[in-house]
Amino acid sequence: MNQNFGKIVGINGNMISVAFDGNIMQNEVAFILHGDERLKSEVVRIGDGVSFLQVFESTKGIKVGASVEFSGELLSVQLGPGLLGQVFDGLQNPLPELAEEYGFFLPRGVSLKALDDSHKWVFTPKVKKGDTVVSGTALGHVPEGIFEHAIMVPFHFQGEYTVEEIVSAGDYVLTDTLVKLKDERGNIHEISMTFNWPVKIPIEAYRDKIVPTEPLITQARIIDTFFPVAKGGTFCIPGPFGAGKTVLQHIISRYAEVDIVIVAACGERAGEVVEVLREFPELIDPRTGKSLMERTIIICNTSSMPVAAREASVYTAVTLGEYYRQMGLDVLLLADSTSRWAQAMRELSGRLEEIPGEEAFPAYLESRIAEFYERSGLVELNDGRISSLTIGGTVSPAGGNFEEPVTQSTLKVVGAFLGLSRDRANARRFPAIHPLESWSKYSSFIPKDITDEARDVLRRGSDVNQMMMVVGEEGTSIEDFALYLKSELLDSVYLQQNAFDKVDAATNDKRQKYIFENVHKVLKTEFPFDSKDDARSFFNRLRQAFIDWNYIDMDSAQFKEQQESIEKLIEEQSGNEKSL
Amino acid sequence: MRKVYNKISQIVGNVITVKAPGVAYEELAEITTRRNKSLAQVIKMEGDMVSLQVFAGSRGVSINDEVRFLGHPMQVTFSDDMLGRIFDGAGNPRDKGPLLTENLIPVAGPSVNPSKRIIPRKMIRTNIPMIDVFNSLVVSQKLPIFSVSGEPYNELLARIALQAEVDMIILGGIGLKYDEYMNFKNVLEKGGALTRSIFFMNTASDPIVESLMVPDLSLAVAEKFALKGKEVLVLLTDMTNFADAMKEIAITMEQVPSNRGYPGDLYSQLAARYEKAVDFEGAGSITILAVTTMPGDDVTHPVPDNTGYITEGQFYLHNGYIDPFGSLSRLKQQVNSAEKSRKDHRAIMDGMIQLYAQYMETEEKRSMGFRMSNWDQKLLKYGGLFRNQMMDLSVNIPLEEALDRGWQILAECFTSEETRLRTELIQEFWPTNGK
Repeated sequence: MNQNFGKIVGINGNMISVAFDGNIMQNEVAFILHGDERLKSEVVRIGDGVSFLQVFESTKGIKVGASVEFSGELLSVQLGPGLLGQVFDGLQNPLPELAEEYGFFLPRGVSLKALDDSHKWVFTPKVKKGDTVVSGTALGHVPEGIFEHAIMVPFHFQGEYTVEEIVSAGDYVLTDTLVKLKDERGNIHEISMTFNWPVKIPIEAYRDKIVPTEPLITQARIIDTFFPVAKGGTFCIPGPFGAGKTVLQHIISRYAEVDIVIVAACGERAGEVVEVLREFPELIDPRTGKSLMERTIIICNTSSMPVAAREASVYTAVTLGEYYRQMGLDVLLLADSTSRWAQAMRELSGRLEEIPGEEAFPAYLESRIAEFYERSGLVELNDGRISSLTIGGTVSPAGGNFEEPVTQSTLKVVGAFLGLSRDRANARRFPAIHPLESWSKYSSFIPKDITDEARDVLRRGSDVNQMMMVVGEEGTSIEDFALYLKSELLDSVYLQQNAFDKVDAATNDKRQKYIFENVHKVLKTEFPFDSKDDARSFFNRLRQAFIDWNYIDMDSAQFKEQQESIEKLIEEQSGNEKSL
Repeated sequence: MRKVYNKISQIVGNVITVKAPGVAYEELAEITTRRNKSLAQVIKMEGDMVSLQVFAGSRGVSINDEVRFLGHPMQVTFSDDMLGRIFDGAGNPRDKGPLLTENLIPVAGPSVNPSKRIIPRKMIRTNIPMIDVFNSLVVSQKLPIFSVSGEPYNELLARIALQAEVDMIILGGIGLKYDEYMNFKNVLEKGGALTRSIFFMNTASDPIVESLMVPDLSLAVAEKFALKGKEVLVLLTDMTNFADAMKEIAITMEQVPSNRGYPGDLYSQLAARYEKAVDFEGAGSITILAVTTMPGDDVTHPVPDNTGYITEGQFYLHNGYIDPFGSLSRLKQQVNSAEKSRKDHRAIMDGMIQLYAQYMETEEKRSMGFRMSNWDQKLLKYGGLFRNQMMDLSVNIPLEEALDRGWQILAECFTSEETRLRTELIQEFWPTNGK
């Protein structure tokens, strides 16, 4: 291979400038040669004879004059069976393997193979000699946990190919040649189970991108009923610290009704990843009966890990998501937090001495965020199957102020906005999604006019509450007071959910429809009350009854009993009307 | 072979630039001026031109002063002899004790592999009820004390240092007032805790660049002790001064400021320090408690704001009390369950806070002149007792006693049903001599 070398001429933090004379490429990977260490870096700007590289590791101890080896490749990830259940850093180094080899700390300048080449996979061919295939066609499959992992024609293959040779079913390792393809010019290409793909280039080996319509059930009531997310859609969760962004993401990653979940822990606390790392292998996915880890990939580049690799980590995650989407699966990517990714861009931009935009974020912040979310989508594959990649990102706005650039740029491109509120979090109303400020462009399984009625009750109830702060309870009419109590009821029995209760933590669509119908009935019923205390005590009892109901398994006999006692409560109170 | 240069080509702020080929990034140099010697660290290299931040400041540096490169990045000594000693921000003794030069270790080492971390599981008792009962401190936790100037945060830190159930204390003082430093020293000395403590002390009159090194020195030493099996508590005060020192250097280096003049990497820089908190499986641990003063009592100021996103909760110190509402230990659920603590711990924690919240509402109503009902009177009585017997920082009792006192206070003010606590707990814990 034609090796291309350069020399370091300047160092500023994780940004180095390198003099070169060969042919180099924007965004190509290069390695700083420092003793035995090879520090990975990426070309981010090319000038006349001098290029700028961001280094994915600490530059401590590097000297001006050190050699840099250019690889000629873009920053890529390895695709193939064995990705599921793995924990990678932002550059796809498997963290448990690193720990095995190097102990407690992350060493600098080492990289390990993302996938194990010695593992034997049971390959079943799906095409035969003479078949015509295109990029993305499944040539066969291997079992990967609960899925059939398709072995596909690599996505960079253009045009049509003819299958020249294919191995028979049997055990093979990753790098064995399984298929030989002949292109239109008669050249032969060897295909194994694995190939690389540059992370910053979207995978588009599908027929068409279609508009997302089908709801993605997260089993969080406030999301699914009021601010739904669609399969193949996008959403963001902005919120100040302590509002429960990460907890909400954990809940979604646990209960969302999708095939595969990719968690990108990007620049956040390591402790939070540990919870996922330690708990997911033990948790059973009710849909498959297997460990949750079997459908999960974790990309983990926490806050104290090198900043440039943090920038790469979201791309690594989305590329893996696109890869599994190509197999006809529904994939959900959760990025926590996109603000840290944006900050990584800001640090890089500052070191490049680019002219800063708002709050010193680079001018291209908005287009980068848009590009990232646009990689989501519901697609029709070449064989007609429909699959999806849904992207949800948390945003950590400075000072909890949603007016800042990252939140605003994100809001322009996402389909649902689940804004977390500090007030709700302080009042321990979880999930702390603000019911009046949030929105979604997707449709729920509950008709919009009904949810709109409920939101209207919330809005008017909140107005009454504001007024009561000024004039006190005494100055409020009993009708307004009842409205306020209704909105509080809706909030506490439906919008809030107890993440620590086995039953209440996840509510599927069937149950949501059922419960919501009952809550909605209460909202529509006129209750006559003698006094405010009377109203308060009635709604307290009703609330308790509904909350107890939320804790009861829908299939148990108690569920019906509890429903009857709720109905009785309602009848008794509203029945008063008739007798009066 | 050490390289010596004596032609400084530029001095801006506390940063000097010298032509010095062949040095390494973040390498240390020693500058000898007419009056003193100071360390300096390489922060930027462009061709042969090397920029260094001078720890003692650039005041009095002349352009032909000698700059001698040491061939290594910042290091600190590490040994058991450090216990009871006090060092400055450059790692030199400031207590007139002997210079320690053996067994040097690098500072600001690599971060811990997340897959080697474990779920936190052990409480650190401090004998302060507002912490132990309501927001327990947990081994490997990183927690700031958000406060404002004038609040007794350093007194609180000193008390925690004295009473916390840990093997050793490392205190990092960043821009600390001299009398506060002496106060720490006296309190720990009197309490007999000095012999298990190490100080890295940068006072307000010391060079500001040195203050930048204090967290790294403290945490590097803590990490080594933790790997040797020690449970280490690192106290840092005040991290806002640390951030301000960073701001100063960044602006000198003409970096583009992001928010109120702070550099764009403020979050990453703070996280690199706080994330050193860890529980090493099979060895010791590091727990970090750090003071962050909020300029203008504004929690959205960049320093407390970025800190809040990094740390696992926060203590608010307001009017001399640890605020029971804003304060939060995110890890308390791991250690206050019935299996790990007393079985009434969570119930007392939630129940007393809920009642205190109701008391606050009543207090508000009273100040607006509304009539007080019987229930309001009970709440008022409760609020007063809770404040004096639980919240007051002078209260110094173990967790169990604090829980018992909680029941006592409840029984003095309410009937058992009014507390809304679970019946089985009331049967077991409700004081019979109450009322």
